[in-house]
Amino acid sequence: MSALARMEAAAAGLAQPRATVRHRRLAERPLVFVPLTTAGEAGAPLGAMAGTERESPVLLVVPQPRDRDLRFAFLARLAGVVLPHLESAQDEIEWEERKETDPETGKKETVQVELCVDAPQLIVPNGPGADFVRLLGRSMRFRRTAEEDPEGPYPAPPGVPLLGRWLTLYGERARVPGSSLLLSMTELLSRHWATGQSALEDQHLGALLAWIDPPEGLSGGEAALRAEVGRDSAGQLLCPPAGPATDPAFDNRLLAPAIDRFDARLPGAEDEVRELVASQLRPAWDAVWRGIDLLRTLPEGERVTERFKRDRWSYTAHRDRVRSGEPPQPRRDDAVTAAAKLAQREREQARLEAQEALDDPLVMAERRFAGEAFAGEVTAVEMAYSEGKRAMPRPLVTLSTDDRPHLGGGVKVHRALVEGARQSAEFVRYETEGDGDGDADAPRAGDGTGTGTGDATLVTLRLTSGMGRGKEPAPGTVPEKGERLCWTLFEHTPRGGPELPEVEDTPWTHGGPPAEPAPAGVPAPRGTTAPGAAPTAPPQPPLPDPVTSEDLL
Amino acid sequence: MTHSDGSQSALRRRLAELRGGPDVPPRPLDARALAALAANPGCRRRALLDGAGVDKAALAEALGAPAPFGQSQFAFARGNSFEAKVKADGGAELIRLLCASTGETPPEPGEVALPDLSADGPSGRTARTRLALAPSRAGDEAAAGTAEGGTAAEGGWALLFHPMLALDVAGSTAYLEPDAIAVHPDGSWTVAEIKSFPVLDGSADAAKVGAAARQAAVYALALEESGVTGEVREQALLVCPKDFSNLPTAHGIDIRKQRAATRRQLARLTRLEEIAAALPRETVFDPARPAPELISAVESVPAAYAPECLSTCELAFHCRDRARAAGAVESLGRSVRGELGGFTTIDAVLSAAGAPHTGGGDAAGAESGQDAGAGGNAGAGPGADTGHAGAGSGDPAAVALRRAARLRAEALGAGRTDSRVTPCR
Ligand code: SF4
Repeated sequence: MSALARMEAAAAGLAQPRATVRHRRLAERPLVFVPLTTAGEAGAPLGAMAGTERESPVLLVVPQPRDRDLRFAFLARLAGVVLPHLESAQDEIEWEERKETDPETGKKETVQVELCVDAPQLIVPNGPGADFVRLLGRSMRFRRTAEEDPEGPYPAPPGVPLLGRWLTLYGERARVPGSSLLLSMTELLSRHWATGQSALEDQHLGALLAWIDPPEGLSGGEAALRAEVGRDSAGQLLCPPAGPATDPAFDNRLLAPAIDRFDARLPGAEDEVRELVASQLRPAWDAVWRGIDLLRTLPEGERVTERFKRDRWSYTAHRDRVRSGEPPQPRRDDAVTAAAKLAQREREQARLEAQEALDDPLVMAERRFAGEAFAGEVTAVEMAYSEGKRAMPRPLVTLSTDDRPHLGGGVKVHRALVEGARQSAEFVRYETEGDGDGDADAPRAGDGTGTGTGDATLVTLRLTSGMGRGKEPAPGTVPEKGERLCWTLFEHTPRGGPELPEVEDTPWTHGGPPAEPAPAGVPAPRGTTAPGAAPTAPPQPPLPDPVTSEDLL
Repeated sequence: MTHSDGSQSALRRRLAELRGGPDVPPRPLDARALAALAANPGCRRRALLDGAGVDKAALAEALGAPAPFGQSQFAFARGNSFEAKVKADGGAELIRLLCASTGETPPEPGEVALPDLSADGPSGRTARTRLALAPSRAGDEAAAGTAEGGTAAEGGWALLFHPMLALDVAGSTAYLEPDAIAVHPDGSWTVAEIKSFPVLDGSADAAKVGAAARQAAVYALALEESGVTGEVREQALLVCPKDFSNLPTAHGIDIRKQRAATRRQLARLTRLEEIAAALPRETVFDPARPAPELISAVESVPAAYAPECLSTCELAFHCRDRARAAGAVESLGRSVRGELGGFTTIDAVLSAAGAPHTGGGDAAGAESGQDAGAGGNAGAGPGADTGHAGAGSGDPAAVALRRAARLRAEALGAGRTDSRVTPCR
């Protein structure tokens, strides 16, 4: 169905909706971060634009990316801009209750824990930009400042290792489906609009925006082509790539000579490099904000807030870890953490898919098309009760649908009721019109040649839950004849996941097999630690990366 | 893959003609191009142009759709300095990395032969390489070609920096230049690839490792067909900078799968003779020719465009323009094509879906035959397909499309008018 949307877009010369609501959170004040790297230099930064104010981005430039001191100066200033934003929500908290096992008695008890009310957001232009955030995090978090290690060579400026830890958190969190801490604009836009080009081409932010919001007088396709290949008389792209890589023609014709002049200490050379780098960053900066405008035109999906709460848990847990002096995240996850993360991502993927469908009829339409959901009008309701000691209401509901769900004996279906409640039912049989005892094996007589509107099917379901605890169903919980319902074959909340994050429950230092029991007597900072964190002695901090005179980053 | 001398030289002459005459030098095929060729074996256009040694970048420029590629001098400098570092000290570091990966005992410094492989022209260099590949067997000849007195002792180590290998591709010879080949004391060979992307905490960008493995596989194939008896090791050595440093680290990568896949796909390439024979006699791809002539020349060879071409082929922008003008569904991605069964054009899909045609878009323009100048197959295909699709309104793909369009329209209607009455709550 998304293929169809792409074709409609191609024919219309304009992107077509893939969603009717916004499926990710957009913070009121996100921090937009547009990084640039030096080609071939393993992610050595060349510059960046960052900030929360659209009109006044902070421009950071490394005039000679191979110079360690200049790189450190860049990172220090980056920390100056980004850290205050990331730490801005640490102190405003609310209290949440959760069950915890008392480490001494082994009893479950309810404790009050802090949860940050907000979690600051980072937005980068594209997927490689998000990868670069992760890379920056990795390159910074093992650095040692002069204060931490007075002897070490090349001490990092203060703030840099801490920024590295935060960026690592954000970079990792971005891999969890549905998270909104670190978002890439190309992914956001292509989630909500289908363009008339391929998914590969959608990774170009300028081209993607051109399809969604083409300038006056141009079709999306024409505007996208201009964004991709249009060059000025000097051979420079009209719409430079949104980073982190730069255009080779820019590197070779403009940047390299300017850097040479900087190396030769010519007056004004540094400003020249700054201006050049800014000329590449500014279009991407503006493009990200345009994207934000476009996304704000969509109302936020109902369940986005619930997913964002998970981000807040993750943010709070990280805050606690930093505060309690835990070492930075390890270079590699141990097997247990890696497995937990994988399970978490799968679970969140299932949750995201279910929630997006429930929040958005257009997404639900895709699931209906795939036979994973169906909608229809109630044609009959017949009261019935379960057998056994305590007879419970098990009404039979028949509805007429044009959809073709993959139903069969014993298949469970679900629907959302008001205020987050859910109801389940099981498939009983297909009915043929006018034949009350229709059998389950003959779903329809049609051979697929119908026009798609005339071949309605009657489906009978037995409601099994969501009717209250009484002998009679609670009022309003059993649908009435004429009501329109939508049932899904997938569960609304993926199984196995409590309502709280788990990976974050395991401190990084605890991931491994419990070979070394935690020394007793070290008090855990109750109420503020990540839930489930057992008391431990602070483990040996990991060694910093070896530094050589030729390091990059 | 043997040819009589007659047909070989006839083909060579024909390919030279296509290139623009004997004065236009052929552009050598490198392993990257070959690996890309193997990734899209269905494209005859590319096979022919590469096989004939046409400079595709210059051709694309002449067609008015220049290639999106280019290398930044920063990347180039970084790559070169890293390669120099790896090869320093007569390859001692490279051998050390190799032995660490295979578990062999590294030789004493100075015990590694570094045969001189320089010669005039690719065939001379290939011959030199061939000798150096079997130092123990070639005896005196190899010793004569060995530089700096580092005579390869019987059963010794040798390192071949930038050797040259020949590989027959669809009937023409491609000359390939690996970064390095190591000859082990047991006579077997390891292909070494030196890349400047980093290995961070023991793992590297999977796409880049994959590309390196495919390239190494092409070299391994060329070694197998070099005519020298010997065995290519199953593991190629990938040398990359470690973490954020300039220090090399190496990993053995198993290239058996890539080797088998590349071999299969190269064999599947349509023979150049056949492709060339189907062209009008006067077809020439010389970038110096006027654009309209070049366009019809290029369009006379069938292509198989997919968006992946954008990162692998210099002609991609040209082929994409054509595919889009023809309203080909491939221009939206291979997966899109896969979802649609028999439909090949966007117009056919939309009319089968009964979707409202929203306006005079690109596809509609192309369908009315406005690009008659293009001629060629890309233009002919869609017309025929549209007819087919129109006839098959009862066909399951068309029924599914209509359902999809109806569901989509219903949802959009619901979403647009009043979100509170959405049917799915
Ligand atoms: S860009 Fe054109 S010539 Fe190149 S592989 Fe793709 S279809 Fe073939």
